[in-house]
Amino acid sequence: MMKIKTPRNGRVRRELEKRAPKLVETGKKTLILQGTKTSGILNGVLSEIYHLKKGGAVRFTRKNDNIRPFESGGETSLEFFSLKTDCSIFVYGSHSKKRPNNLVIGRMYDHHVYDLVEVGVENFKSIESFTYDKKMAPRVGSKPFIAFVGEGFENVDELKHLKEVLLDLLRGEVVENINLAGLDRAYVCTAISSNKVYLTHCALRLKKSGTVVPRMELVEVGLSMDLVVRRHRLPNEGLRKEAMRTAKDQPKKKIKNVSSDAIEGTIGKIYIPDQKVGDVALPNKAKGVKRERREAKKKEANERASKKHKEESE
Amino acid sequence: METQKPFQVDVGNLLAFNPFHNFPSLPTSRDELVKGCLEEGTKLIQAVADSLFNLPSTEDVDGPLVKLPPPTTKLPREKHLPKPKPPTKWEEFAKKKGIQKRKKDKVLWDEQTGTWKRRFGYDRVNDDKDIPIIEAKMTDEPGEDPFAKRQDDKKKRVEKQEKNRLQNLKQAAKLGALPSHVQLAATALPITGTQAPPKKVTKDELGNVAGMAATSTASGGKFDRKLLGEKPAKKQGKHRKFLPVVEGSGIGSREKEQTENVLNKLISKHSHEILNVGKAVTMYNVKKEKKARNRKNQEGKSSSTSNKLKPKKQLHKKAAKKGPESSKKRMAK
Repeated sequence: MMKIKTPRNGRVRRELEKRAPKLVETGKKTLILQGTKTSGILNGVLSEIYHLKKGGAVRFTRKNDNIRPFESGGETSLEFFSLKTDCSIFVYGSHSKKRPNNLVIGRMYDHHVYDLVEVGVENFKSIESFTYDKKMAPRVGSKPFIAFVGEGFENVDELKHLKEVLLDLLRGEVVENINLAGLDRAYVCTAISSNKVYLTHCALRLKKSGTVVPRMELVEVGLSMDLVVRRHRLPNEGLRKEAMRTAKDQPKKKIKNVSSDAIEGTIGKIYIPDQKVGDVALPNKAKGVKRERREAKKKEANERASKKHKEESE
Repeated sequence: METQKPFQVDVGNLLAFNPFHNFPSLPTSRDELVKGCLEEGTKLIQAVADSLFNLPSTEDVDGPLVKLPPPTTKLPREKHLPKPKPPTKWEEFAKKKGIQKRKKDKVLWDEQTGTWKRRFGYDRVNDDKDIPIIEAKMTDEPGEDPFAKRQDDKKKRVEKQEKNRLQNLKQAAKLGALPSHVQLAATALPITGTQAPPKKVTKDELGNVAGMAATSTASGGKFDRKLLGEKPAKKQGKHRKFLPVVEGSGIGSREKEQTENVLNKLISKHSHEILNVGKAVTMYNVKKEKKARNRKNQEGKSSSTSNKLKPKKQLHKKAAKKGPESSKKRMAK
């Protein structure tokens, strides 16, 4: 015995449609949560990541004992949270003696764990510790420039994976049009050694230069930290192939009132609304129009005068 | 720090990658490292900005708007590609037969009232309730109500349509292409045998059954491990006390007492102990008061209901009557 359940509310219906799988995807939402024990540094890191991704991030503040991303059974809670909050990237922070200031960044495909990268955080500097001109502060939700420097990102497997994951995390929404005046932040990641990456977040200052292109100036603002890659898990081949599939044919948006003919080529239809002949202002001021105006004005003046008389008499 | 010209620039993502750079020796101080990184970063971002600002831009209220090219770095999707909906039973049939979809008008001409009425909804064309007369046909049975029959037919049609819709959705769900706003929920477990739905059990009933199950072990459920918060079993049913096998035959012998009690009840030797005088007196008084009340009521209304109740009560009272009357006689004597 099955029953068909449809939402009774327009709001619920729209929410469900937002969460449905789409042909072209917009940005992924991030889930930020903690493990059994966290250090002060780690708390700072997590809250700053949350601030940077304010629009598309969910922060859980309770500790979760039963999440162990790298173990086979420890991912069920993560998948459940991902399903409920509709988040496809998660950042899991935990602190232990063996792995101090540990951060696991992972991605989901269809709300199942796709791949994981485990990094340790060192030399963390928070937003408050930087002094800069407040006017230059990047606004929340602006699309950032991302720069990767270092041959390590090309040669070392783990760093390559980390690069991909960081790109996904820091990217933000995928947009078609962008307003050039609104570009004000940049992330710079440099590979210092074969397992260390220096990540920093800067504000952009555009300076006048001779050409159309302004000169960029980076001012360090916001977090900066060293990421030491510890472990990582790549997705298995089948899953990777499936996740990388893209829809080749985009449904062409139908352009209205345009049709094509073999003989005449493209034909367009233009619909003109009815002319309102009475309301249109006459182009040449005909004499008759002027006179009518004068007479109408006189009439109004008379009426006003008569009204005044009436009021005075009353 | 050497850099070669070609950076990898992905304008769609605002990304720039320099794969040829490496630090030959790590700079000693942190500040120098930071400065070096920022310099490299600046170069890369300048490269991105070069290509970005050279794109054709349109003027907008806030500033120049640029249409970004699609990103070149491929990243994995977050959800699977949406699967196309499978054709419904009707759609397959229509394709096979070559039936085309016709566009339907919103309003139709109603002959009866002579106006344009909507196709479905509140004030519609061909509504069942607007039919004044149905002509009888030769095939009609005499006792049948044609209006009710029309309504039943409509109900059946609607049910059939719902069933077909459910089947189509089930088929779509099997292929993973259920529309996002629809959910299929199971209303009840599959029932075998008779089609009666399972009755809901109350808390007390459940408690009784649980108690029965718990005590149906060899040791009466006494040594079973109890769960947290489980209350001890309530005493139910008769608890018989069995006399010891060996016992003396003096004053305290319980067997003698037991048999004596039984005999006394049978013979009613101490009959005054059997009778509860106070209770008997109150019963008599209550009966008297009721009689007086009934006589008063009879003047006003007919006490047929009280008459109905009376015979049953009198049966009980006759048995007890012997008691108070006999006692009264004795007391009078």
